[in-house]
Amino acid sequence: MSTVTTTAESAELAPVRTDSLAELLVAEERPPRPSAWSASLTFGWRAILKIKHVPEQLFDVTAFPIMMVLMYTYLFGGALAGSPTEYIQFLLPGILVMSVVMITMYTGVSVNTDIEKGVFDRFRTLPIWRPSTMVGYLLGDALRYTIASVVMLTVGIVLGYRPDGGVAGVLAGIVLLVVFAFAFSWIWTMFGLMLRTEKSVMGVSMMVIFPLTFLSNVFVDPRTMPGWLQAFVDNSPVTHLASAVRGLMAGDWPADEVAWSLGWSALFVLVFGPITMRLYHHK
Amino acid sequence: MSTQTSGMAIETAGLVKTFGETRAVDGVDLTVPAGTVYGVLGPNGAGKTTTVKMLATLLRPDGGDAHVFGHDIVREADTVRGLVSLTGQYASVDEDLTGAENLVLLARLLGHRKPDARNRAAQLLEAFGLTDAAAKQVKHYSGGMRRRIDIAASLLNTPDLLFLDEPTTGLDPRSRNQVWDIVRAVVARGTTVLLTTQYLDEADQLASRIAVIDRGKVIAEGTKGELKASVGAGTVHLRLRDPDQRPLAADLLRRLLDAQVQPEPDPVTLTARLGAATSRDTAAEQAARALGELATAGITVDNFSLGQPSLDEVFLALTGHDTRAPGAGAGSGTGSGADHSSGPKDEVAA
Repeated sequence: MSTVTTTAESAELAPVRTDSLAELLVAEERPPRPSAWSASLTFGWRAILKIKHVPEQLFDVTAFPIMMVLMYTYLFGGALAGSPTEYIQFLLPGILVMSVVMITMYTGVSVNTDIEKGVFDRFRTLPIWRPSTMVGYLLGDALRYTIASVVMLTVGIVLGYRPDGGVAGVLAGIVLLVVFAFAFSWIWTMFGLMLRTEKSVMGVSMMVIFPLTFLSNVFVDPRTMPGWLQAFVDNSPVTHLASAVRGLMAGDWPADEVAWSLGWSALFVLVFGPITMRLYHHK
Repeated sequence: MSTQTSGMAIETAGLVKTFGETRAVDGVDLTVPAGTVYGVLGPNGAGKTTTVKMLATLLRPDGGDAHVFGHDIVREADTVRGLVSLTGQYASVDEDLTGAENLVLLARLLGHRKPDARNRAAQLLEAFGLTDAAAKQVKHYSGGMRRRIDIAASLLNTPDLLFLDEPTTGLDPRSRNQVWDIVRAVVARGTTVLLTTQYLDEADQLASRIAVIDRGKVIAEGTKGELKASVGAGTVHLRLRDPDQRPLAADLLRRLLDAQVQPEPDPVTLTARLGAATSRDTAAEQAARALGELATAGITVDNFSLGQPSLDEVFLALTGHDTRAPGAGAGSGTGSGADHSSGPKDEVAA
């Protein structure tokens, strides 16, 4: 049965033209190796091509963020701030941070499913800057985070969010958020390479992401929390990021919170980047 | 092209790779002259793929050392990567992308500018007969097409050394012949090819030297002629007209050829396994002499064929266990190779 089909397929297939192949193989000068940046961009292009072929994977950066904004605005709005419109002025930058940080965990899942495929053997035999494969993933993901941010802001503005920082403040907030998400994602590339199955990656990701995002100042001011929790919340990278993004979008330009967010970003890259690359080498 | 084409493409000494308790590669010594096709023959689980992965810098050896065109595969891994290409057992292209996107992606990663990358991709797709499939995702390709796009991806920059890891496993005979044509075209242009295979006839068709690997060790190495001579000249199959003459014919063959003769279930056929061929008396000469003697004795032979030793026979002779022995690994060594392993038969009119 299978023999019949393959024979039929190869009968339809145009023959290999060894004469033109021979011409192609005449050794030319090899082009110089691509720069680290160029190789990373090429891998980013690969990520975008994958989105093009499977557009459903944008669901998590479109439908999920809309759901988050609607759900928490109307769930907590009346109780916490008197009305949803008042609450969203406080909530939107925070829920933006929370959703995008949550979305980053899909990076681990896609690394985990992708790495098992034969194409990684080819990437690893190419004379390129080795982290570019992973950086490419994260560049593709940065595009997804930007889409999620734009979607949420649009929904927020429809619901009555009016940022005082204007276009410049909002843009600065999104840029900071995408930079942080890029850096934070190295945790997931690490888990994606370290754990054996997609399910275990999901499980571990949930364990990390839920406490980290909920135990923050995204929903409420930490002053009402017990002291031990305040100590955690006040020092959480997500709190610093939420404060920074909230401040930027409000037009306050909070230099210290921005510095904290960037500091955490640098730390994530410096710690989890090398671990990821070590795992990648030994995969 | 490398300037060292007159030297050795690969030299390994005592290469070892262990996975837990298993010594997958257990002290492999290989010397592959540049500009040739070198066959690495062995059953599943023999250590072929692990050896190739180490030489292509995908795995770090646990012992011994290896050089590719004089460059150490660990300390100068990046230089080695610039000289080699690998086509693995399974598709080493991105199945979610189209054939054309795959080639452009890899060409860009090799440093080609966008227009050059597109040109090179289009030319390769054309040469490989894949122009019509260029815009289809690779996951929709047939087995033969996958293998082609995979090999095309290895030729974006003409490599000095091309690793082909079981390039025809699972292909129908027609696709397999086309892969062989590609290999011949590649090597004619000066690229060295290291080919792993489970099929003796594939190594026979393409390789000038062959190493036989079993349980992580090289158990025989040499030219095709040397390898076959060490195993035996092959088998003679006879079909007689008269079943009553079979005992007589068997007796005659046993005396003349010094061969083990087995009667087959069919009462008119018998098989003689020839001993090692000597330089003065080839298998064909022995067989011709036997045919003459049979005719003289008045035995009518309806059909006669001379078969090469199969991989199973090579293994049996070299290791004392066949390719399916549990120790030989995955255990399905020849299961998929039924259509290959018996080797081409040179039909001789009787």
